[in-house]
Amino acid sequence: MIRAGLIGLGKMGISHQAILRVHPHVQLMGVCDSSQYVRDVLGKYTPTPTYGDYRRLIDECQLDCVVIATPSRFHGEMVKYALERGLHVFCEKPFCLDIQEGQRLVEIATAGKLVNQVGYHYRHIETFLEAKRLLDAQVLGEIHHVRAEAYGPVVLRPAGSTWRSSKEQGGGCLYDYASHAIDLVNFLVGAPVRISGAMLNSIFSKTVEDEVYASMHFANGATGQIAANWSDESHRKMSTRISVWGSNGRMTIERQECQIYLRRAVESPVALPRGWTIRYATDLAQPVWYYLRGEEYSNQIDHFVRCIETRADDNICSFKSALETDKVLELVLQAAQSGSAAVQSPAGPRKRTTRYGGLFRFANRTES
Amino acid sequence: MHRLLFGDNQFFGVNHMSEEKARAQAMRFQHTDAIMEVLDAAYAEGIKVFMCTTHDRVAEICDHVRANPQKYAQLEFYPCMPYAHKYANGVTEHGVVEALRRFLPEDGAVSALFKGGMAVATKDVEGIAQLLIDAEMKMFAGLKTPVIFLQNVVTDLLLGLGFKEAFRIFADHVQKKYSAEPGFITMNMPMLLDVLEELGIDNPIICSNINKIGFRMCGGMETYERIIATRRFRPIAMSVLASGAIAPAEAIEYVARQPAIRSIVFGASSRGNIQQIRKLVEASSVVR
Repeated sequence: MIRAGLIGLGKMGISHQAILRVHPHVQLMGVCDSSQYVRDVLGKYTPTPTYGDYRRLIDECQLDCVVIATPSRFHGEMVKYALERGLHVFCEKPFCLDIQEGQRLVEIATAGKLVNQVGYHYRHIETFLEAKRLLDAQVLGEIHHVRAEAYGPVVLRPAGSTWRSSKEQGGGCLYDYASHAIDLVNFLVGAPVRISGAMLNSIFSKTVEDEVYASMHFANGATGQIAANWSDESHRKMSTRISVWGSNGRMTIERQECQIYLRRAVESPVALPRGWTIRYATDLAQPVWYYLRGEEYSNQIDHFVRCIETRADDNICSFKSALETDKVLELVLQAAQSGSAAVQSPAGPRKRTTRYGGLFRFANRTES
Repeated sequence: MHRLLFGDNQFFGVNHMSEEKARAQAMRFQHTDAIMEVLDAAYAEGIKVFMCTTHDRVAEICDHVRANPQKYAQLEFYPCMPYAHKYANGVTEHGVVEALRRFLPEDGAVSALFKGGMAVATKDVEGIAQLLIDAEMKMFAGLKTPVIFLQNVVTDLLLGLGFKEAFRIFADHVQKKYSAEPGFITMNMPMLLDVLEELGIDNPIICSNINKIGFRMCGGMETYERIIATRRFRPIAMSVLASGAIAPAEAIEYVARQPAIRSIVFGASSRGNIQQIRKLVEASSVVR
């Protein structure tokens, strides 16, 4: 059995508590939150011991791993504490608001050969995994444009008093919503190297943005757009959509379905016909051992557990990948100030070998 | 319990297969008249139970039914509470404790407010739960609600946390205050049944996904089939069509061949579709 601890009992934390407690290979040793109230209620009615100080939880419970679901500003300190004591760490998103700190955490985890994962749960949704398989098989040919959208009803009034309404604590639509869309872009086609035209607008919030728009530029010349708005109640819950256009067609991916349109049929490594193919979550989803709100929440914890058991270092959502996402978030913030922001050393999504490739690269260089 | 129960997902933009379809339905049913038209069609087809969430808009349906008592003399509601997004969004916006305060009733009744404040302050979970249930039940005042369900997000969260006491609190309160039977919606039927048995909740009503493709049947299809055939509880099948992934005839045939399944809850947007399901269920029941 893997001995696990959990820090932070907000919405995500409580959901993790339930998932961890009933995982057949996990023994949940203790949970920690700064709220006495939450501790008292959970302590009284659930079988899991509660702690007010995360250091005590880590020091006293002989843990193998810890799940950290506190507001983002605490991630750096807590992740470091756990890693230095040899624990495998699962941390909620966004990973770490300070890129240098995030980099150090990646290094500590790697040096200690510790499993490390961040809670970008969309990477564990079957439709996005299916899209990843198909894109890796290059069914769309050369990708030239990506659109990443996330809409939902979080802030619908000029109110709010939690950490989500504080930029310093990791609040705002960029960290909360756009981060998922950007992480999916990174996952599916690779990270952009430059961001331009970033707009962070407030609709209701006083101190953070409620909507985010930006253009993405990839090393190979491909382009993309980000649109996120967490003040859109025309969506019942968060709705995330990625659209990808390539030389052989397009693909639109949402939680429920992956729609593919191909100009020409492809034979290998996967066979897909010309025209429309729809893959549905109802067909793709595999039953999990315990379900709460979506298979992906169970799947991501199970992935973490399996990586610990097998000492695998190919985590689908590692600190390293989440740091890449943090870097793009940082570029969006910079671009909102200065018009455009690029990474130091471009790392492209996939090779673009068409005759236009050189032209795109040249155009890209002159722009930046 | 009735054999066929009419669900409400289609009215509120829930579809597990397509967001576009969900949005089209949300548009079509944005006015209560459009919902009533479909409910009337179901009623005319002999389906006398509306199993619905405590969505704000259900209150409008309740008003309409109360205003036409003769027309809906036989209509029963099976409320499913709470409408979880309301609470989840509240927690996101205000944090756990403040959200709790906000959701407790505060209109007029000073005693309820006082009781709520005290319950929150003293961590009286039973008191808080009772007030929340009462707040959700308010829209059904004067209507028949013989079975009251705990919605799956809450059931499954409590189940995962090991917060077993809450099931007992829920069951006791709906029995005592509303003379209703408690029901539990879950995506984790085998795990839940064990816990309800342990709590001594006899022959519980459990509504879970039961469909031919094993969609969201945690623990696996074989386990579900075995438990349904051998254990004492009243299973209700939902997501029988898996949001349209299974053809109706095939979907109903799968459920009908398991005689222990008491009821089927399904959603449809047209009289034709309602009729089709009713006929399939009737035909399969005759064979059985």
